[in-house]
Amino acid sequence: MINFEYARANDVADAVRQITADPTAKFIAGGTNLIDLMKEDVERPSRLIDISRLPLNKVEETTDGGVRIGALVPNSDLAYHPLIEQRYPLLASALLAGASQQLRNMASTGGNLLQRTRCYYFYDTATPCNKRQPGSGCSAINGLNRMHAILGTSEACIATHPSDMCVGLAALNAKVHVTGPAGERIIALSDFHRLPGTTPQFDTTLRPDEIVTAVEIPAQGFARNYSYLKIRDRLSYAFALVSVAAALELEGDTIKDARLALGGVAHKPWRNTAAESALTGQKANDVAFGRAADLLLRDAKGFTHNAFKIDLARRTIIRALTQAAQGTPQSQSNKKIR
Amino acid sequence: MVQTRTAARSTIPAPDKISVVLTVNGAETQLNVAPWTTLLDALRDHLNLTGTKKGCDHGQCGACTVLVDGRRINSCLTLAVMKDGAKVTTIEGLATNGSLHAVQQAFIDHDAFQCGYCTPGQICSAVGLMAEGKAKTADEIRELMSGNICRCGAYPNIVAAIQQAMEKS
Repeated sequence: MINFEYARANDVADAVRQITADPTAKFIAGGTNLIDLMKEDVERPSRLIDISRLPLNKVEETTDGGVRIGALVPNSDLAYHPLIEQRYPLLASALLAGASQQLRNMASTGGNLLQRTRCYYFYDTATPCNKRQPGSGCSAINGLNRMHAILGTSEACIATHPSDMCVGLAALNAKVHVTGPAGERIIALSDFHRLPGTTPQFDTTLRPDEIVTAVEIPAQGFARNYSYLKIRDRLSYAFALVSVAAALELEGDTIKDARLALGGVAHKPWRNTAAESALTGQKANDVAFGRAADLLLRDAKGFTHNAFKIDLARRTIIRALTQAAQGTPQSQSNKKIR
Repeated sequence: MVQTRTAARSTIPAPDKISVVLTVNGAETQLNVAPWTTLLDALRDHLNLTGTKKGCDHGQCGACTVLVDGRRINSCLTLAVMKDGAKVTTIEGLATNGSLHAVQQAFIDHDAFQCGYCTPGQICSAVGLMAEGKAKTADEIRELMSGNICRCGAYPNIVAAIQQAMEKS
C-alpha cells in the first residue's frame, strides 16, 4: 500500500475544512472499498481523514413518517434495525443480499453509496480505463464484459455500480444529505449516481469538498408487497449479474403504485418511471409485468459476453414483481427462487 | 505504449509512527504503527499473534476475521490507527483458563477443517455469528458464514460444528 498521512475529523465542519484544505485527501469510514483500492494502487490519497468517530450513527424517525439514516450507520446495523425491518423490509433485504456479514459490520451507509465499480479493468492498473485514467480508453468494451452494463452505457465506459443497498434506496425514493463549504444540500438518490457519458471518472454528483451526512427515506415503505431478487454466479457473497428491487401498492389485485429499480445493469441504480407508470392501474399479472420489463429494457444493449443479461433482466423483473404481488419476498438465506 | 498513470506515486515522506492502544485478548497493548498498517499486519507483525491468517488481503476470503468490540470484521481492510482504543479478540484469545471455546471444541469434534488455514477466521466468524443471534437454521448459518471461504471444502462439517456450539450455548 502507498504511504499516506492520517488525521481524524472532530466534527462535520472540521471534516469539510480538512477536505477543502487538501484536495488530494480522502475520507475514510468503513474502509472496505477504499483500503482495497489503495492496496491495488487504484486510489492514491495523500491523506486519509478518518470520519468514523463522528456522531452520524443513528437511525431516527422523521416528522413526516420517514427515517433518517446517519451516514456512519453500519450496513449490518441498518439491515437489522427494527424500523427498517418493519417499515422498509425491501431495504433490509437488499442490504443482506450484499457482501458478507464481516463486511456489512464495517461498511457504512455513506461509504456504500460511494463504493466504486468492480470492473476488472478499473482494478487492473496495467490496462487502460477511462474511469481510472480519463482518456486512456475502455478495456471492457472489447474485452471481458460479462459483468458489465446493458443500459445507459457510453463509448467511454460500460461499468456497473456494484451496490445492492443503493438499488433498494432508489426504489424507495431516498434522498442524500450532504454538507460542503457552502452548507447543506439534499440530492435525490436518483440524481446522486450518474451515467458515465464522456466523464466516467465521476461516479456521483457529490462534489470533492462535500461529505455525506445522512440518507433519508420517505414514509412509503411498501412493506407488504416487495421483493429484492439478486441473480449472481454463486448464491452468496458475489456481485449481481442482475438484481431487481420490486415494490407494489395493491388494491385487491390492481396495482396502485409500483417501483422498480435494477442493479448490475448500469452505472447507477436503474429506475424507469415509464415502466413503473405502465404498471399503475393494471392487474398484477405476468402480462403487465412483461410489458413493464419490455419497456424498461427497450434500449438495452448487450456487449460480447453480457447480452444474456437482457433476457435475464426481463425474467428477473417478472419474477421479482410476482414475488412482490404474492407477498412472498425473496429470502436472503434460503436462496431457492419461488 | 499504454500510458496508465498520470498521477505520480505519492511522494509523502514516511510520517512519524502513530501511537495506538489496543486491548488485545484482554491485555492492553501500546504499539507504534505507520498509518498504512492494517489491523491484520499489526496483530501478526507487531504483536506476533500469527493465529489470524492473511489469505487474500482484500476482504474476499475471511481468513483474517477477528472480533473488534465484539463484532466480526475483516482485519485486512481496516487500519490499526482507526481502531485505537478498541478491544480486539483473536483466535489466541478465545480459550479461557486452558479450556477451549465451545466453537473450537466443536470444530475438533466435527473435523471441520482439512488444511486449517481458514480455521481461525472461521472460528472467530462463528463466535461473532453466535453473538449476533441472527442464524437459527442451517441455511441461515451458511448464508451468514459466506464471508469465510474454505478451499478444502469442509463446509458441511463447519455448519455441523457451529450447530453443535449453538446448541451448547
